[in-house]
Amino acid sequence: MNTAPPSPSTDRLAVSARGIVKAFGVGDARTQALKGTDFTALEGELHLIVGPSGCGKTTLLSVLAGTLESDQGEVSVLGTRLTGLAASQVTRFRCRHIGFIFQQFNLIPTLSLVENVSVPLLLNGTGRHEAEAKAAERLKQVGLAGRERQRPTQLSGGQQQRVAIARALVHEPRLVICDEPTSALDSVTGHQIMDLLSGAARAPGRSVLIVTHDPRVYGYADRISEMEDGRVTGVHSGDSLAAFIHAETRS
Amino acid sequence: MFLLALKMLLGDRAKYLMLVGGLAFSSLLMTQQYSVFQGLLAWTTSHMRNMRASIWVVEARVDQVNETKAMRDTDLNRVRSVDGVDFAVPLFQGVLKARAPDGSDKMIQMIGLHSGTLFGRPPRMIEGDITQLRLPNAVVIDTLAAEMTRLGAGMGRPLRIGDTFEINDREARVVGICQTERHFFGYPYVFSSYDQALQYAPRQRKMLSMILAEPKPGLDEAEVVRRITAETGLRAFTVPQMEKATLRWVWTNTGIPISFLTTIILGFVVGVAICGQTFYSFVLENLRNLGALKAMGASNGLLAAMLLLQSMTVGVIGFGIGIGLTALFGLTIAKSGQPPFKIDAGFIVQAMGAVLLICALAALFGIRRVAKLEPAIVFRG
Ligand SMILES: Nc1ncnc2c1ncn2[C@@H]1O[C@H](COP(=O)(O)OP(=O)(O)OP(=O)(O)O)[C@@H](O)[C@H]1O
Ligand SMILES: [Mg+2]
Repeated sequence: MNTAPPSPSTDRLAVSARGIVKAFGVGDARTQALKGTDFTALEGELHLIVGPSGCGKTTLLSVLAGTLESDQGEVSVLGTRLTGLAASQVTRFRCRHIGFIFQQFNLIPTLSLVENVSVPLLLNGTGRHEAEAKAAERLKQVGLAGRERQRPTQLSGGQQQRVAIARALVHEPRLVICDEPTSALDSVTGHQIMDLLSGAARAPGRSVLIVTHDPRVYGYADRISEMEDGRVTGVHSGDSLAAFIHAETRS
Repeated sequence: MFLLALKMLLGDRAKYLMLVGGLAFSSLLMTQQYSVFQGLLAWTTSHMRNMRASIWVVEARVDQVNETKAMRDTDLNRVRSVDGVDFAVPLFQGVLKARAPDGSDKMIQMIGLHSGTLFGRPPRMIEGDITQLRLPNAVVIDTLAAEMTRLGAGMGRPLRIGDTFEINDREARVVGICQTERHFFGYPYVFSSYDQALQYAPRQRKMLSMILAEPKPGLDEAEVVRRITAETGLRAFTVPQMEKATLRWVWTNTGIPISFLTTIILGFVVGVAICGQTFYSFVLENLRNLGALKAMGASNGLLAAMLLLQSMTVGVIGFGIGIGLTALFGLTIAKSGQPPFKIDAGFIVQAMGAVLLICALAALFGIRRVAKLEPAIVFRG
């Protein structure tokens, strides 16, 4: 098991976080979700964050994505230091550079698929026609050609997650962030989604960061960060990754 | 994004209809009630538009145009002798009981005009010749008086020229039909000569109800009014002064304004309640979507603008429907003239402002909620 952080000298860092502390609530209700953890992800890799329920995976992901401010520590994403940046600038950064995939899909039910997928482009100031043309292209890429005008409610969970993937990729972000993208899906559909995330989602220089507690998808990872009780306790890649996966899937 | 914001709103059919319906109802209530109120207020001053004189002189204790306290006949000459008065004529004004051809009693608004000049005559004759009022027992009645529910009762048709009825057991012969603006009391107008009116009215010591006067050409009416008041001890009004005095009297002496205002305020409150409540629950139901948009990089400003657009859209549509219904109401009752109705452009603008304010407030609650929304909530299950 290799617990040393990966050396940043050879590969370029996509995400780097140092000493992240985050607590929720006050008094008796106070829980320390992150207890001064470090985290790094490299450009171009598919990186899983795994660990038991309540260990702080979602909280860490939110901090890395800039949707949640940490109490202490520093976060840099794609060479931009998010810590200390004004909220509006973080928002603009997210808008431009990050694609999101949520466990609950979070598609807007009253909008058509193509409208849903075009949202990130519209937020970046692309015109409606161009945005919808690109969105339709992405829908085709995730296997939903011809269904552009349907509503999310007409689709199965797996299909909805495909739409969400199309939406996360449509503006060509350099970082894609997914929280439990497969946990609302059955295992076959989950594998299809992971195929998409490790295939279509991959692009030169783009990192895909996935939180999961589903060992069946570990095999898709280039690297896995293991979390426990508010800290990253281990990082596995290469040979150690194979050993880790072997151990986890057997248990 | 703004187009999508509208689609999100329209997509929630139930809430959209509730919002538009609530605002339409609120707009209808406010503008319709205000229009009826304005119409009713206009009725209280219709004498001034039916008898058209620049200066109205009344007994010192009279506060408004629908009130009469008789003056002495000599008061007329005192007014005539005031410097600046071009001419002044007597006017009889009183509510009398008339008997329709079928024998039933009907109240009428009797107006007696100076027979030399017929000054104070109604603005528009539909039939007949007003100068025939100088003949014995001659009257000119308005279209309302002619109706079968009024003096036409028992005729099987509205009264026509040549028909007769009775006022206090005296014969009245119709020599003309005129158009008047309806009066607040609801009694139809019957015009006769001043002397004839005194015959119809129960005899009293003093019979002169009002004096209508005109200033000498080029003189300021208000100045002449001041002189009449100072020199005669009577009360004199210009038309705007009399309108103001009459409206003030209605405000202070009747419950009409209060009851209408209550309804109008109620309309506003209902609008706020329905719209605020519905829009806020629309925002709450969309919180996850709004959170997702926020995570994906929608700024608070953009989300606020989207919510404002949504609420303003239902506001404009709802108000449009409401004002349309009010106009429709106005058109359908226009023929009967009942209830009174007068659309006031200024108030429409104000009501529109009120409705948009309702919407802005509703949006504001949502905007506050969304501003506080942590985009990270979308990661939670
Ligand atoms: N908004 C919040 N308010 C209060 N406590 C929170 C909040 N978010 C997370 N926590 C707490 O912080 C801890 C870490 O939560 P987090 O959601 O990051 O864990 P997780 O590893 O994602 O768990 P799971 O696998 O169940 O999704 C938990 O104890 C949780 O109850
Ligand atoms: Mg989680």
